[in-house]
Amino acid sequence: MSAWFAHLPVVPIVVPLAAAAVILFLTERARVLRVAVASVSIVVQLAAAVALLALTTEAFPDIWSQGVGAYAIGGWPAPFGIVLVIDRLTGLMLVLNAVVTLAAFVNSLAYWDRVGPHFHALLQLLSMGVNGAFLTGDLFNLFVFFEILLAASYGLLLHGSNTQRVRIGLHYIVVNLTGSLLLLVGVSLIYGVTGTLNLADLPARAAALSIADRTLFDAAAAILAVAFLTKAGCWPLNFWLPGTYAAASAPVAAVFAVLTKVGIYALLRLGSLIGSADALAHLDGSALLRPDLFRGGLYYLGIATMGFGIVGTLAAQQLSRLVGYSVIVSSGLLLMVMGLDHPPLLAPALFYLVGSVLATGAFFMLTGMTERAWRSPPKPASAAAEPALLPAGGYVPYGVRRAPPVPEQDAEVGVAIPAAMAFMGLMFAFCVLLVTGSPPLSGFIAKFAILSAAIHAAQGAPWATAAWMLVFVTLAAGLASLIALTRIGMRLFWSVTGRNTPRLRVLEAGPVAMLVLMCIGLTVAAGPVMRFFESTAASLRSPQIYIETVLATEGSR
Amino acid sequence: MEALFALAIGVLTGSGVWLLLRPRTFQVIVGLALLSYAVNLFIFGMGRLVVGRAPIVAPGMVADAAQMADPVPQALVLTAIVIGFATTALLLVVLLAARGLTGTDHVDGRESG
Repeated sequence: MSAWFAHLPVVPIVVPLAAAAVILFLTERARVLRVAVASVSIVVQLAAAVALLALTTEAFPDIWSQGVGAYAIGGWPAPFGIVLVIDRLTGLMLVLNAVVTLAAFVNSLAYWDRVGPHFHALLQLLSMGVNGAFLTGDLFNLFVFFEILLAASYGLLLHGSNTQRVRIGLHYIVVNLTGSLLLLVGVSLIYGVTGTLNLADLPARAAALSIADRTLFDAAAAILAVAFLTKAGCWPLNFWLPGTYAAASAPVAAVFAVLTKVGIYALLRLGSLIGSADALAHLDGSALLRPDLFRGGLYYLGIATMGFGIVGTLAAQQLSRLVGYSVIVSSGLLLMVMGLDHPPLLAPALFYLVGSVLATGAFFMLTGMTERAWRSPPKPASAAAEPALLPAGGYVPYGVRRAPPVPEQDAEVGVAIPAAMAFMGLMFAFCVLLVTGSPPLSGFIAKFAILSAAIHAAQGAPWATAAWMLVFVTLAAGLASLIALTRIGMRLFWSVTGRNTPRLRVLEAGPVAMLVLMCIGLTVAAGPVMRFFESTAASLRSPQIYIETVLATEGSR
Repeated sequence: MEALFALAIGVLTGSGVWLLLRPRTFQVIVGLALLSYAVNLFIFGMGRLVVGRAPIVAPGMVADAAQMADPVPQALVLTAIVIGFATTALLLVVLLAARGLTGTDHVDGRESG
């Protein structure tokens, strides 16, 4: 293995960190330079993520022999040092994050990056936090990267601050700070009981615990799960979500579509590893944690989340809130599938996860455009347009005397695309098909695969009712969002009053088209993609390889 | 010592949760601060409470893990304090911005009732 490959896992963390630092040193006026640094960083992240994903597949069997690679930061061997671990699921999530960040970045160049300071630096830090949370093989670093991504998300949510964003931002920050405190309690309790923070070291130690300690460990795992479920948007911890996503500016909401999936990822990873501890514990006859109870809990929480999402979808009057509720529905479906814990369901669920992130990301950016078209007619040349910017004084603490000039959102700059309304209508139709899971796009394939696996599982299984319930709720959610989206679509695109055709620049329309095209690509290549997801799911179900690879990591000291 | 320690965490958590549920932003931020103190003490306690056993290996001394405090929770608690401090500072700025923009210190940005 060449030295170059060995250091690849750290690239998705170091590059955005360095880029953010460099961008902070450049002044607001050196916008071209900032954008250049940010775009180089994002392209490098995308390339590194794709390379990491490729290295975990069978295509390069001699690099990481079994699809898992570990990188010891600082050269200390695991479990004493801190490790980054890359496996198929991690690689997949890294690519997903890089793609959505790239789309949001390009989309922001049209307007949003100029309405407040430090958009690009914050976006880089968010990307770093998300990448780190996916890569880390250590519970405490999971907390640290969660904090980094949350701190960046606070800044991004408040970006272009107006009253609405500040009010919602206050709630968002308080909820997430409380969640982080729970995360800390869980992490430290697990350390106190098992004496390790390394995820790979955890299962064996958890399996060897005494009965009293095992109860504490279970409590710690439950507290951790509450923190992750808050991030994942699980009912009843998700009342912050629709308002937050609706208040954020369009590109920010698009990257936030990935954030809920960080919570889902953490649950998948911990579930996979701690689940293996249960298997070990069963072996020596001292099974205490009842995984059925935990998983059953997830299943019912998933149903409640989907129910909440369905009702919210039907009740939402604004498109941006509606898309926020569809994020909740997708989280709920994933939680239900995780709760059922039926192996053939996992691969379709991962397919659904990827497709729904791409689709909701595109949808949020599209929502930003439609909001412009149906805003009350623009008052002539005033700043009545959306963001009540920070007063010029707001920039002084950042070393900028005067706020840089912000062009009107519909100003005659940049290259506009022709037939803006037709483009928006077309993209809206695609997004609706993707989000509701209607044929023929990738949303349909994902849901069809989930339903097919569930119906197949329902034949004769003792939990047939639960599987049928999954089928029913999934179909109901699709129907509800179809009804709601059709209603809003008719109001948006078929009513002629109060509409003014916006100028859509290539920069803002392009990313939406890119994400939708990727979903179409997922549809066309559904076979190979699904096979990849199946191998990913298989590696999640047999975490032994992950554990052995990490614990065999040699330090360089 | 354990009982006193547990009592301190309990009182801090109780006061913190109560303040967190109050309608004024200042109360909420003080509540969060108290909660984070409680959590920091909790992390510290997870290393087991011992007195006078610094985790330092002096030259010529035989290192014996049983005779030392666990250094990992101490490192964790330092990190948690730094992160908590930064996020509280950020929240203070947002609190002031919300007060300036909405004209009220109610968490919802408007007086209830």
